[in-house]
Amino acid sequence: MARAGASNEQYNYEIIRKFAIMSLVWGLLGMSAGVWIALELAFPALNFDIAEITFGRLRPVHTTLVIFGFGGSALFATSYYVVQRTCQARLFSDGLATFTFWGWQTIIVSGVLSYMLGYSQGREYAEFEWPIDILITVVWVAYLALYVQAIRDRTQPHIYVANWFYLAFILVTAILHVFNNLAMPVGLFTMKSYSAFSGVQDAMTQWWYGHNAVGFFLTAAFLGMMYYFVPKQAGRPVYSYRLSIIHFWAIIFLYMWAGAHHLHWTALPDWTSTLAATFSIMLLLPSWGGMINGIMTLSGAWGKLRSDPIMLFMIAALSFYGMSTFEGPLMSLKSVNALSHYTDWTIGHVHSGALGWVAMISFGSMYHLIPRLYSTKIYSLKLIYAHFWLATVGIVLYITTMWIAGIGQGLFLRAFDDYGNLKYSFIETVSFLHQPYVWRAIGGIFFVAGVVVMAYNIVRTISQAKREAAELDAKIAAKMANA
Amino acid sequence: MKFKHENIEINAGLLIALTLIVVSIGGLVEIVPLFFINETVEQVQKADGRDAIHPYSPLESRGRDIYVREGCYLCHSQMIRPFRDEHLRYGHYSLAAESQYDHPFQWGSKRTGPDLARVGKKYSNEWHTQHLLRPQSVMPDSIMPNYPWLLKDSLDYSDIQARMKALKAVGVPYSESDEEYEANIKRFGPEVAEKLDIVYAERNLIKQAESGNYDGDKSRITEMDALVAYLQVLGTMVDFKSYEEGHFSEFR
Repeated sequence: MARAGASNEQYNYEIIRKFAIMSLVWGLLGMSAGVWIALELAFPALNFDIAEITFGRLRPVHTTLVIFGFGGSALFATSYYVVQRTCQARLFSDGLATFTFWGWQTIIVSGVLSYMLGYSQGREYAEFEWPIDILITVVWVAYLALYVQAIRDRTQPHIYVANWFYLAFILVTAILHVFNNLAMPVGLFTMKSYSAFSGVQDAMTQWWYGHNAVGFFLTAAFLGMMYYFVPKQAGRPVYSYRLSIIHFWAIIFLYMWAGAHHLHWTALPDWTSTLAATFSIMLLLPSWGGMINGIMTLSGAWGKLRSDPIMLFMIAALSFYGMSTFEGPLMSLKSVNALSHYTDWTIGHVHSGALGWVAMISFGSMYHLIPRLYSTKIYSLKLIYAHFWLATVGIVLYITTMWIAGIGQGLFLRAFDDYGNLKYSFIETVSFLHQPYVWRAIGGIFFVAGVVVMAYNIVRTISQAKREAAELDAKIAAKMANA
Repeated sequence: MKFKHENIEINAGLLIALTLIVVSIGGLVEIVPLFFINETVEQVQKADGRDAIHPYSPLESRGRDIYVREGCYLCHSQMIRPFRDEHLRYGHYSLAAESQYDHPFQWGSKRTGPDLARVGKKYSNEWHTQHLLRPQSVMPDSIMPNYPWLLKDSLDYSDIQARMKALKAVGVPYSESDEEYEANIKRFGPEVAEKLDIVYAERNLIKQAESGNYDGDKSRITEMDALVAYLQVLGTMVDFKSYEEGHFSEFR
């Protein structure tokens, strides 16, 4: 009798339900914050002269909510599910698992509030000030302990490939987080701190962190998700086990070299950024290895794309993954980067990865996972289709407008007149950005609308599960009474 | 024993150990040398042999805190690249030395607004104050938010010594003892050395704010004073005219 919420389940599903639901909550909030700041760029009056909601303070709120709130909670949920299922072992401590949940939620809430109040380390995607950084470290150690112990408790000899990726993500995130956040607090009772490094070394450390936050938090971990949920949903084994071995080791090795491509043409020594560019090009191969392995898992079952909207999400996610991991090496070429860097092309690139890959594979996995967590079926397949098309239209609008904005601004800034003077002033490029910014916000609204549809679908699914469970209970009670 | 990948797949400890080794190499090769190769941060000295680049004064340093607090780095870079258009628009490309005391660095990654690495002394204090209060009043197409609270809020400098001590702990040469003060005189000259002394930080901060009068209001010290003081010092420490052309290219 698989009743929702029963504590004597074979696996700890309660913790997975909590994280799964919070990933949707944070996703909705974080993506809405994204739409809001996109609108602020298009219509600056929306800053309303209120310090707490100006673009500079809300931007880290957006990135933190979507990366750590939405992405992080989705990873906690799916990794706890995958490790328990594939190892056939329950997480060793319910208390510690619950601690990771409340700890992580505290981190998100306090981080977001602290940015709005003006506490920030001033490092992209690592804006959390030092007390929150310490809490992150503690929660992460608990997470690592739970994960590794579940693997050690496995009932069969092999560690399934999805776990390699999740494990690499947990280990690397710990290393990155600790080294990048070394800082000296102003005092024990103040939030303010100063980074232990300065200038060139600080920049290198930050982008080693920043790029590998993308490489491990937003890629390796979601590949782990892909390696479990795509074969499950397709009902077929992983296309090539050999390919997964090669691309696992290649991707975790190569990613760590690529960070300095964020610092082309800066005061960072040329040898470092050249090395990073070289490894970024090589990174294309293992990235596409993962994409091919995922997509080809469906070979022989392509018909599922006609009848299964969840599969549609997963295959679209892998396609966007392939596209953005092609665009990435392209942008890491110094000559391309000279144009693209500092422009909205970068923002578009990030979102083709974040919306196209990370969010789409998460949505697909959640549609697979959540009904199973509640022992029921999804409320509406039609609504999944609606979500899929809203999301896809949103992403395409977003990416294309950012190509226009970024490449356009890049070209304007380097244009000269017949006498060799600069042809455009900076502010002229800002005026040019207005229209792309409006359309980008519309793209974002499409994407958020899709998440609203998903949230409705999930709420209905859960209430349907509760009703079914109650009916089942009533039936059993009636039978028992008759017996 | 013949190596089989299966050995890793069945041994969690081995999997973890190998993963840690494989992911460490890239960072070790690219980051660690930056701390040990001397040419990474070039020495920039003035004609009298003193360091051209010096740490921020207490007021400028507080201005920098406000710059970080408001997230200015999310729309403005402080890193000029060695291209002709950037040279014409912003000036000489940025040197590593110029951000050697920046904890954290604020090179930025996006230019929704222009680069600020050499914005110092390009506009008047009045212009900056007006621009920060209402950017559209001086630049009608600007999409920068208004920052009215910078002029409303008095600058809190009660913990200026604690802030400078924290910066000193991570390597900024602010002085506390007499020896450190003497060393700073040798390195930066007496005028600069005085501003870098932690003991007199508060006095120096008030002095600079009053004599600079950055926000046009002499009666009190506002956050605007600090932020404008910071903006006005950006990129002004190296006098590029005093070096031969191409002097700095040997460090790249």
